[in-house]
Amino acid sequence: MAEIDRDKLLDIYTRTMKVNRTDEKFRQLLMQGKVAVMYYCVRGQELVSAAAMAALDDDDYVVCTYRGQGEQTAKGIPMEKWWGECLGKETGTCKGKGGTMHITDPDTGIMVTTGVVGSGLPIANGLAMASQNNGDGKVTLVSFGDGAANIGGFHEAMNMAQLYKLPVVFLCQNNRYGEHTAYADHTDSDNIASRAAGYGMKGVTVDGNNVHEVYPAVQEAVDRARAGEGPTLVEAMCYRMMGHFFGSDFSYMPPEHLEEMQKEDPLPKLRAVMLEHQFTEEELDKIVADIDAQIDAAVEHALAADLPSTDEIYKDVLEETA
Amino acid sequence: MAEITMTQALNLAIDEAMAEDDGVFCLGEDVSAKQGGRVFKVTAGLTEKYGEHRIRATPISETAIVGAAVGAALAGQRPICEIMLMNFVGVCMDQIVNHAAKLRYMSGGQTPCPMVLRTTTGVGVGFGGQHSDMLEAWFAHVAGIHVVTPSNAADARGLMRAAIDANDPVIFIENILCYGLTSEDPGPGYRVPLGKAAVAKEGTDISLITYGRTVLDALEVAGEMEKEGVSVEVVDLRTIAPYDEATVLASVNKTGRALTLHEAVRPFGTGAEIAANIQEKCWDNLKGPVRRIGGTFAAVPFASHLEQAWIPTKSEIVEQIKASVGKD
Repeated sequence: MAEIDRDKLLDIYTRTMKVNRTDEKFRQLLMQGKVAVMYYCVRGQELVSAAAMAALDDDDYVVCTYRGQGEQTAKGIPMEKWWGECLGKETGTCKGKGGTMHITDPDTGIMVTTGVVGSGLPIANGLAMASQNNGDGKVTLVSFGDGAANIGGFHEAMNMAQLYKLPVVFLCQNNRYGEHTAYADHTDSDNIASRAAGYGMKGVTVDGNNVHEVYPAVQEAVDRARAGEGPTLVEAMCYRMMGHFFGSDFSYMPPEHLEEMQKEDPLPKLRAVMLEHQFTEEELDKIVADIDAQIDAAVEHALAADLPSTDEIYKDVLEETA
Repeated sequence: MAEITMTQALNLAIDEAMAEDDGVFCLGEDVSAKQGGRVFKVTAGLTEKYGEHRIRATPISETAIVGAAVGAALAGQRPICEIMLMNFVGVCMDQIVNHAAKLRYMSGGQTPCPMVLRTTTGVGVGFGGQHSDMLEAWFAHVAGIHVVTPSNAADARGLMRAAIDANDPVIFIENILCYGLTSEDPGPGYRVPLGKAAVAKEGTDISLITYGRTVLDALEVAGEMEKEGVSVEVVDLRTIAPYDEATVLASVNKTGRALTLHEAVRPFGTGAEIAANIQEKCWDNLKGPVRRIGGTFAAVPFASHLEQAWIPTKSEIVEQIKASVGKD
């Protein structure tokens, strides 16, 4: 078990709780009827996103999916802009034209959030190819689910990345479901990471609920990519503790599976690790309280913000219409 | 000035853009020196000059090719990717339509996607149903991309430079039968602006609106019709989408008659859109219905005589012009 220094643990904890509190707030707002938008819950996957973002430099690139709240907030998109976009306001990252499934914030390296399963991998290769071409030293991390591992673009991208030794990290958040279909009903192999061998790539499967496994694995993959040693497929085993999207039926998830998920919940486990490392309950509570206050302020800001002007529909189609 | 072929024109345009800007690079199947500089030799000689990082030969992975171009473009480079034959875009439409075309818009203008997608196609060489289609209408129907096709070597050089300069995705269609066409070399730095049509031949009786290889047929027919006293104006769109509406409408307002012509199948083709637009905007000046010619609504057949019957013929163009101007 690799040791993680206290500063890094604190960083990971803070990012994890930011993801978790954002998720909680979003579900609360949806349940209260204060907002009515598509939202893909990340409960259960907070640590994977947070640990992965903690392994990157600020200017590294990230490509994520519609279930990308974790990467987006943990990478550091300013909360006011993030909430503004989710609420379709002009203050949003994309002036309200992208929405929850298409958050883009190049300032923090969030280059693409795709709503199409598996489409991020080929694009991540391109970002990494640009870095390889111009020598800027950046690493690109692309996050996707186990469902994405069965689409053609996944295979094309993995092969190409290894062929060119691109500085890219493929992070598969194996949350055991592709939309409503359980892992065993869409894939017959034991894991996704073993596919890497088919491309001559390094692949690892780690426990995404254990900070001591997931962070070092991603960090090593990032270091290898930055050193020019090529891509890695990191598969982080985790659980999607909610339905496919907020409000969707999840009766198809068997009760024993729900029990197992509760047992493996990454948040109490991470809290225990923090306490082992002599962080106090008060310190940890204070971090969460501060995050909650920031989120509340950002939500208020977004709720009060103006809607985008309707002439925005014609803008940004092509440069001429910018 | 020396004569150049369309192949040379494209090669020269890419070469000079690569020399001027380190961010310009090519990727696609068989493009590098190891494979002889691509099936149609457009990238011949460039690997020796710029190295394998900038002339990247790829696996046969269209989604990965276009996706890589999208990603590199988002990072500020100017990739020129190649989908060897236009029918293969069916493999990678998600990257073109959902990503390249939309990332500028969906990001509120933050992530433009300056890339060129070169692709070859054309009917008349016996390639059959999966290697011949003109699919420009698929892309013309999507907001956020330019669709371009040259009808001569000089325009090929100028349009390619303009396409590489553009800060949005450009689908650049090369007709396989046009690679050997020669023009006087317009010289280094030559650009044909995107979105500007050319009046390839002036006329007063009818506007024949077309692009790509069929411009050659249009000019030939226009020459013949001149002898019969019918003055045909040939408009070469050069950029199919978004097209130069001003030039088209001005031509039709002048002649009062219009005929659209393309190799792509007629139903729901670009000719239909242009015809509808003309009828909305030139109604008071129209002397008759806008007519359309396109390929047969079937897959492109293999046998030579079937293929020739499939494609719009010069006699069909003559017939439609005569019907339009009231001559038979």
